[in-house]
Amino acid sequence: MDRNHLKRQVDFMKRSFLDQGYLDEQFIQLEELQDDDNPNFVEEIVTLFFNDSARLLQNIEQALVSGPIDFAKLDNYMHQFKGSSSSIGAKRVKDECTRFKEYCTAGNAEGCFRTFVQVKQEHATLRTKLETYFQLARQAGPPGTSRGQVR
Amino acid sequence: MLKSKTGMEDGFLSSVGAGDSTMLEPPTKITALVVDDDTINQMIHHRLLDNLGIRNQVVRNGKEAIDVHCSGKNFDLILMDMEMPVMNGIEATRQLRAMGIRSMIAGVSTNTRERENFMKAGLDDYQEKPLTTSKLVSILHKVHKDG
Repeated sequence: MDRNHLKRQVDFMKRSFLDQGYLDEQFIQLEELQDDDNPNFVEEIVTLFFNDSARLLQNIEQALVSGPIDFAKLDNYMHQFKGSSSSIGAKRVKDECTRFKEYCTAGNAEGCFRTFVQVKQEHATLRTKLETYFQLARQAGPPGTSRGQVR
Repeated sequence: MLKSKTGMEDGFLSSVGAGDSTMLEPPTKITALVVDDDTINQMIHHRLLDNLGIRNQVVRNGKEAIDVHCSGKNFDLILMDMEMPVMNGIEATRQLRAMGIRSMIAGVSTNTRERENFMKAGLDDYQEKPLTTSKLVSILHKVHKDG
């Protein structure tokens, strides 16, 4: 009984992330790849993303505050970050990356600074939300029975 | 009819048109090479292929892709990222074709500006990242037809 309730909560949480644009269809695609042999695939990928991206964000921050801005370098870093974000379905983060890249192309330093704050914020927000989500999902039990199935 | 590992013969795979029994060779016959510098994409593409029963190997850049072929290995399908350090996907594709490699090479990228150059280098197909099972299945359709 309790498990079912948790599963419903997990599903509801996921739905709300999708509705509010934190995540997109790509996240669902990743969940479809989970099975009994790889029950924590999505959590593993997401953990990897947040570890990798913390580093990238640090590099970007460094590039922004140290000396004359190299827009090409920034754009490069952000392209990588946008790619990873897109791969895990992190929609809001990805959208902020796009905005940042536009400012890079325009050579607009102030725009870059402002948008970077947004990027970090969305990144941190998503991290917290997904940590909670995976905690709940683990409590709810094996993914096999909580995935949407066509019956 | 393809079954997923849990025995669910259904739903997901047939919804992406994988239901046709003449579509794919028995899964164990198809081999693939993933060429991508990004660890997350490596994991996702590896898992996508595993999930479809396709034995696959992962390398980190174009040069490693060349090296693995020079060591005598061959693959039915190569998933080639474009932007990679050491040697990018365009150069790697050119070299593989120059070496006489006839494998299906599918470019997987987000860089739409370079798409034409990438195709000209010798791609058989091109898909926008992120790769999904349905995009992979559409690539595999071509592997079977040309094989």
